[in-house]
Amino acid sequence: MRNGDLRSELHPSDLARTATIGARTRPLRAALSALGIMIGIGAMVAVLGLSESSKSELLAQLERLGTNLLTVQAGAGIGRGDAVLPDESIDMVGRIGPVESTAYVINVDANVYRTDLIPEAQTGGIAVMATEPNLLDAVNGTVAVGVFLNDASAGLPAVVLGSVTAQRLGIESLAASPMIWLGEEWFVVVGILESLDLHPNLDRSALIGVGIAESLLDSEDPPTTIYVRAQPEDVVAVANVLPATVNPEFPDQVNVTRPTDTLEVQEAADDTLTALFLGLGAVALLVGGVGIANVMVISVLERRSEIGLRRALGATRKHITYQFLSESILLAGTGGVAGVLLGAGVTAAWASYQGWDTLVPLVAVVGGLVAAVAIGAIAGLYPALRAAKLSPTEALRT
Amino acid sequence: MTQVLSLIDVVKEYPMTPPVRALAGVTLSVESGELVAVVGPSGSGKSTMLHVMGTLDRPTSGDVFVAGHRVSQLSDAELSGLRSRHIGFVFQAFHLLVGYSALDNVADGLLYTGIALDERRELAKSALEKVGLANRLGHVTTQLSGGESQRVAIARAILGGPSIILADEPTGNLDSKTSAGIVQLLRDLNREGSTIVVVTHNPEVASAMPREIQLRDGLIASDQSKQLIG
Repeated sequence: MRNGDLRSELHPSDLARTATIGARTRPLRAALSALGIMIGIGAMVAVLGLSESSKSELLAQLERLGTNLLTVQAGAGIGRGDAVLPDESIDMVGRIGPVESTAYVINVDANVYRTDLIPEAQTGGIAVMATEPNLLDAVNGTVAVGVFLNDASAGLPAVVLGSVTAQRLGIESLAASPMIWLGEEWFVVVGILESLDLHPNLDRSALIGVGIAESLLDSEDPPTTIYVRAQPEDVVAVANVLPATVNPEFPDQVNVTRPTDTLEVQEAADDTLTALFLGLGAVALLVGGVGIANVMVISVLERRSEIGLRRALGATRKHITYQFLSESILLAGTGGVAGVLLGAGVTAAWASYQGWDTLVPLVAVVGGLVAAVAIGAIAGLYPALRAAKLSPTEALRT
Repeated sequence: MTQVLSLIDVVKEYPMTPPVRALAGVTLSVESGELVAVVGPSGSGKSTMLHVMGTLDRPTSGDVFVAGHRVSQLSDAELSGLRSRHIGFVFQAFHLLVGYSALDNVADGLLYTGIALDERRELAKSALEKVGLANRLGHVTTQLSGGESQRVAIARAILGGPSIILADEPTGNLDSKTSAGIVQLLRDLNREGSTIVVVTHNPEVASAMPREIQLRDGLIASDQSKQLIG
């Protein structure tokens, strides 16, 4: 007697239809329960997307700046007064094998004013530095307007302004051949630099040639900062020998830094923040999952008579389980899809605001959807089993 | 005449203190083409009997046969299969799915047989025509009156031509005029060949059926057949 006559079956497309009943009859409740998942997934995708986009921006920035630049400065010697870099240090650094090029700046004891009528105290916090024409290449700088110092202008009263300096002095273009009052002399502004990401001190300076600094301002100080370009694979080795090379007598008075390191440290801090936000996203997701489980439990209670009807129509316990499980997965999955879109949208908006490339990692998209479906399945399992356990007569009792 | 349903010495006890004996040894059989009313006061075991007949509940002892299958030998899933193909239910509270059209509610009558939706809708259309609702196919449940709702539920029960239709107080939620219409519909369907068992506490409904079984304290008090006119 056991034959197809006694087989109860539910067509997959009909299962899909029954899974939407809850959302069709209680759309607001369904939307609110999906919202929790959407926020959780959205937060996680946005955090991963923003972190990835900013990381790619950083890599591009490092590429642009070059990670093979080292700066050498005099450190503060303990109990020995101000430490200085020895005059001959530039030549000695140039003799280190893997060093490609060197440049330097010397602090000049002079102030800068827009005109000679400005009171002496209003220095604007601008430093005057003497340097050579090769500085621009060494720090990977670019000129916004005009030109940088060249061999000819380095011996003349010509000055190139850092971006902040230009702003403070109110000089934006060279159309009117502006001049500034620098150390009791008029200097012609020949160029203005673009802002330098890694060298804010140069942004706040006025750069003049070494020759004019010596002749006009009696400046004969030793170099303040030496910029060293090393071959990329030997940067660390060069950094290690630099102190002893620059100052064999007191190597501990020499500070060697790699400016791009600060960016990487900043990025490491960002990573910690990313982990924190991911954790918060996970908590939101968990709360969303609890919300869905809650809604499903209530739904099963409210829909007892529907469950009874379905058993009477021939649904097996499995069909009832599948129905409520799919409904839960549908809710969470919808929230997941909306969350991925939200997260990608937030990433795209912020990245375009920052001028970055938008990067949403595939693992965040796929992971977000998988997580949503998994949460839906876990949240729906208990209510679904409870619905299936209900005896038909109990369910039909009103 | 073939037997579509038989109960043999069926006892149903509910485990309470003291145990409640809802059915105290009921034996009866329903043959194909019959229209049977089971009548009795509340607490007489009517609902329990309908649940046992419909395989929604198993008896404590005794045997139940539906469409040739011995219920005690079937698993829960097999009983579901039996219900999906051989038994149609009509409930007092209609139990229609809110927000769905009359057509789709009726089409759900064969939902668990694996028949595709298009085909079920075709069958549902003619079932609705049979119960006099040809002009209500697309109406959602909230747009239907009580009588119309019960007609939709009856159309759902007859879908696919089950071996037997079990109606539990089908007129319980309806006024007397609408009730008469439903009783007439059941008689019409019976005349066209459906086997129907109606459980009711309403003597008027019961007297309109050719066979009337009186139930009292879980036992059959009387079982009479009569000739009806009209």
